[in-house]
Amino acid sequence: MTSGTQLVTILGRIREAGLVAALMAIIVGVTISQPRFTSVNNIRQILLSVSILAIVAIGQTLVVLTRNIDLSVASIVGLVAYEVRDILAHNPQMSIGLAIVIGLLIGAGLGAVNGALVTVGRVPAIVATLGTLYVFRGLTFALGGGKLITASQEPPDFKRIALSRPWGIPAPIIIAAVLGLVFAYLLKYSRVGRQLYAIGSNPDAARPAGIRTNRVVFGAYVMCGLLCGVGGVLWGSRFGSIDARAASGMELQVVAAVVLGGVNIFGGSGTIVGAMLGAVLLGTIQNALTILRLNQFWIQAISGAAILLAVTIDLLITRRLRRSLTLRRAV
Amino acid sequence: MIRRFWLSWEALLLAMLLALIAIGWATSDVFGQGSTITLITTNSMEKALMALPMTLIIISGEIDLSVASTLGLSSAVIGKTWAAGWPLWLCIATALMVGAICGLFNGLLVTKLGLPSLVVTLGTLALYRGLAYVILGSEAISDYPDRFASFGFKEIPHTRVPWTMLVFIPLLIVLLILLHRSWIGRQIYAAGSNAEAARFSAVRVNQLKLGLFVLSGVVAAIAGVMFTARVSSSRADNATGFELDVVAAVLLGGVSIFGGRGTLIGVVLSLGVIGTLRQVLALNSSNAELQSIAIGSLLILSVLGPNLARSAAGLRSSRQFAGMRSRGATPAD
Repeated sequence: MTSGTQLVTILGRIREAGLVAALMAIIVGVTISQPRFTSVNNIRQILLSVSILAIVAIGQTLVVLTRNIDLSVASIVGLVAYEVRDILAHNPQMSIGLAIVIGLLIGAGLGAVNGALVTVGRVPAIVATLGTLYVFRGLTFALGGGKLITASQEPPDFKRIALSRPWGIPAPIIIAAVLGLVFAYLLKYSRVGRQLYAIGSNPDAARPAGIRTNRVVFGAYVMCGLLCGVGGVLWGSRFGSIDARAASGMELQVVAAVVLGGVNIFGGSGTIVGAMLGAVLLGTIQNALTILRLNQFWIQAISGAAILLAVTIDLLITRRLRRSLTLRRAV
Repeated sequence: MIRRFWLSWEALLLAMLLALIAIGWATSDVFGQGSTITLITTNSMEKALMALPMTLIIISGEIDLSVASTLGLSSAVIGKTWAAGWPLWLCIATALMVGAICGLFNGLLVTKLGLPSLVVTLGTLALYRGLAYVILGSEAISDYPDRFASFGFKEIPHTRVPWTMLVFIPLLIVLLILLHRSWIGRQIYAAGSNAEAARFSAVRVNQLKLGLFVLSGVVAAIAGVMFTARVSSSRADNATGFELDVVAAVLLGGVSIFGGRGTLIGVVLSLGVIGTLRQVLALNSSNAELQSIAIGSLLILSVLGPNLARSAAGLRSSRQFAGMRSRGATPAD
């Protein structure tokens, strides 16, 4: 057990260090040819572009740690973004606070549906959330009749959520950073946080150890839905005109960020910091291509290659570490 | 044997299919016309084709999320080579070759390195789609000859059968025999229910899986040829997002996501149910968005229903965690 824990800790540190190193390499390399890459403005731009992705990646991490997955995240973000804007378009006098609360509640509610299917219904996570990916997206179309909500229908106060810049930093970045810190702390030091890891490492052992597996997994899904709700509200606030296809396809980007960030897709290991670094790395690569005036079309190919490279390096390090740990124990 | 069929998921799918056809007939005048079958089959033929190898891959305990991207890449290759003035047959052959290489790359990463296929093919989903964009950019190649385009959506003369069926049916028959009537099929089930035990029983699990990934790549490329012909255009974003539709069709067909269980007949019936459902809903209402709600709910119910029934019967199933264990942490190598 100790060697396993040791292994995971070492691996996590190597991964985070590796991501930081990769980021640094890109930043230094690109800055040499284009100094404005590291201008305050551009860094702000990069972080803003990945803030919603990073928030959803926190939620996805919670779920993936328990050896489950949530493929419906993009549909939840889209439904929340569209519904909140639709409600505001019909009730321009409504308070912004109420609209935000409604958005978060929708997110948490949809997360609860996923959680109930997986725990009470015992539907495999990938099947359940693939199903709700369709259902939630379909609901978005059905509720709004597929119409476009235009920028002129957005109350200025609501627009200010994503556009405000306390201390010169765009609000979505602050929200993502605060949520990241809070959840990183909770995962590391709270009882439920440790239980998420325990369930993912060995679901069969977690139950006899006194962990209410179903309750914790359900909670992880509700939290993930809630964080998608946050992402949805920010999406609705940030983008002026919005239709029922909002955020579609984002689920794979989120999973990519999480995997790139070193979260084991089969649960039990990984960190919030890693997942958020994964999101930032994806955004930085994209921005670097723009700044260097390289073909924008390379972005997807590079992200794909980065994922494959990250998991391959992981695997090689794991093998080596495992060997050395076994040897040490033998001696 | 017969009694077992009537209690199976396949029987339920068949009943659903017949019910949908009856509903279609009762509620719409257009449905009874021959064109309906053409519409159902041509519009979903690429997905149906890719669902066949996907069935085998999922039964063997793996998954291939890169199929739609392979389709897109092969379509881009056809476009680029055609624009460069190559003869059409050579363009198609090149595209199929590229599909085989895509599948081989997936398979090697999964079998040689032992990486989880979910992650590998998620990576190549982005990689192959990215390469399609690199090849074509925002270009669209659409000056294909008429005879190529007519293969995509026309029917065999004097029948209601689309030309593309001539690809689907033979592949279905070959895979049916392979999966359900040959030793390879038994090995696929063995690899999916317990890879470790299969390996000890002299099943060459890795070779088998490598072969399935190559097959999946080639079939995705064939689907790419069909798609290009049907829409008569090569674009880098062709068929984006199809992968989840394909996986959904396979799972709805009763194939277990954890491997080891499922039949091709179930998947074919599920394809029929999805296609007919889309058509019935499209003919009957303006709210075509109900399609995705219906298909998503069906997918969930296909697993939830039996689970709840089992719970009600007081039989606790440990299938979920048993499956997870076999897919989860692998012992030290």
